[in-house]
Amino acid sequence: MKVLVAVKRVVDYNVKVRVKADGTGVDLANVKMSMNPFDEIGVEEAVRLKEAGKATEVIVVSIGPAQAQETLRTALAMGADRGILIKTDAEVQPLAVAKLLKAVCDAEQPGLVITGKQAIDDDSNQTGQMLAALWGRPQATFANKLFIEGDKAKVVREIDGGLQTVEIDLPAVLTTDLRLNEPRYASLPNIMKAKKKPIDEKTPESLGVDIASRLKVLKVAEPPKRVAGVKVPDVATLVQKLKTEAGVI
Amino acid sequence: MRSHVAGSDTTSAADSEQTAIILDSVDRFLERHVRPYAQKLEHDDIYPEEIVGHMKELGLFGAIIAQEYGGLGLSASVYAKIVERIATVWMSLTGIFNSHLIMASAVQRFGTAEQKQRFLPRFATGEIRGGLALTEPDCGTDLQAVRTLAKKGTDGNYTINGTKTWISNGIYGQCFALLVKTDPAANPRHKGMSLFLAEKRDGFRVSRKLEKLGYKGIDSAELIFEDYKIDADCLIGGVEGRGLQHALGGLELGRINVASRGVGVAQAALDEAVSYSQIRHTFGKPICEHQAIQLKLGDMVTRVHASRLLVQYAAEAYDAGRRCDMEAGMAKLFATEAAMENAAESMRIHGGYGYSKEFIVERLYRDAPLLVIGEGTNEMQRMIIARQVLERSKSGKKA
Repeated sequence: MKVLVAVKRVVDYNVKVRVKADGTGVDLANVKMSMNPFDEIGVEEAVRLKEAGKATEVIVVSIGPAQAQETLRTALAMGADRGILIKTDAEVQPLAVAKLLKAVCDAEQPGLVITGKQAIDDDSNQTGQMLAALWGRPQATFANKLFIEGDKAKVVREIDGGLQTVEIDLPAVLTTDLRLNEPRYASLPNIMKAKKKPIDEKTPESLGVDIASRLKVLKVAEPPKRVAGVKVPDVATLVQKLKTEAGVI
Repeated sequence: MRSHVAGSDTTSAADSEQTAIILDSVDRFLERHVRPYAQKLEHDDIYPEEIVGHMKELGLFGAIIAQEYGGLGLSASVYAKIVERIATVWMSLTGIFNSHLIMASAVQRFGTAEQKQRFLPRFATGEIRGGLALTEPDCGTDLQAVRTLAKKGTDGNYTINGTKTWISNGIYGQCFALLVKTDPAANPRHKGMSLFLAEKRDGFRVSRKLEKLGYKGIDSAELIFEDYKIDADCLIGGVEGRGLQHALGGLELGRINVASRGVGVAQAALDEAVSYSQIRHTFGKPICEHQAIQLKLGDMVTRVHASRLLVQYAAEAYDAGRRCDMEAGMAKLFATEAAMENAAESMRIHGGYGYSKEFIVERLYRDAPLLVIGEGTNEMQRMIIARQVLERSKSGKKA
């Protein structure tokens, strides 16, 4: 079984982003970029499947500018076998990503596709679901545990108030949640070896996919600044303030 | 930034991509396995056995060993960046793999083909770890004064007697590049010196672990050789009389490494100061808004960046195969003094808390002095630098 993992290059989770003065987006100049943490969990899960003999090949795919190759290279160093870079400098929204991934699925025929539940830059949480719909295959989102059993997968999902276990037919789409695993960091010898692993370059045009934006960003703004709290002398004042100022009771 | 200051930048995009991935992995190793445990292990002076296991997995013990022997074959430039990162979190760890690698590089540069095949692959995985055994109770900087003696027997093999001290990895390491006299009467003295690869067995014992001000966790020890038998094929290069040259051959890289540790400690002292000075308030505002603190921060960050550039300058000269004793010396001198000054300034910025063991600064303050003394004192570096600048001026070259 081939496993396909989608990886996105995003602003590193440690970076405190700043909104551009004109409100069109966040400032990306000289900002550290890394693999989306949920996608890293996806790569780890795929590599573990291969190590357990359940997967035969792990393919990682990224959509973005030339620098997204570094993200693919990181995934290859973690243990993926080969990469596909769909190169574009344009903004690619979730529907377009799902269409591109569908085109890759048609070509590669994977038994399982893993995506992060969301990317930490736009927090859309749509790509995996849209891909499942376009591909006409089952989906299991917010995965907490995954068991491959023949041509089926048992997936424990994180849902409001607890965990839900579902069984789905393969091929299928899985989206990862935070607690699925703790991703490894690549050892230095594996980083050296990853240099020799193949990365296939494609473009949205070569895959025949229209990636034009369907959504328009009107404005990006910083969250409101937190203002200092006040100390209250007693419970009575607290209740009073909750009623009159906070308006919560 | 590098290319503007240090001249031509020959690293390709693929190399810089790879360097970024390597440093990212090193950072993750540090955050996951080192930062949460460093303070406790350091205060208790406990050898970080588990961390060393993770260092083996990460591949650090083969960092600069050639790929054909199972190492990574990294350049000095990349290696220096790795050392800096690690020293920012816990300086002691860098000693565990650096003296090991200097031993390995003596074999790689001067060993026979048979010695390379026999030792380097096991050095690269960390299966055999060790270091350099040069210093003796009565000699450090003046290595030609070593007294450990290797006497050749009628069978062509040697018997060694003597004492070595301040040997990093002395307790947990298994193999050491051991500097001895094979001919104590030789004139000049260095012609009677030889370097052996000595593995631990009968006749080779550790007499004690040394207690230190800082640089804790790593096992610095005194080693005693009593009628220690060693085969002639463990003489590096197979020929007597080249020991000093072999031992000194690793010093340029050793100094680039210690300089990188200096940058790391200086950076850590700065990071702690920047963060604390924004939290701590006096007279109604964070102390970073007082000029007295800003004057310190301004100097500290400048020292860190200047040090880093000097290290990269020296490492690039080393990688290009140019003579770089002066460059490595300047990097070592400046970066380690920066570590001392930044640690002291950071402590002042922290006030009473800087003197407390609950904060990291007191450790940096204890670790920094090792760097100005070890791997050739800074007084020695100044002399090397001055001699080179005079030498180069005689030959009409600009220093």
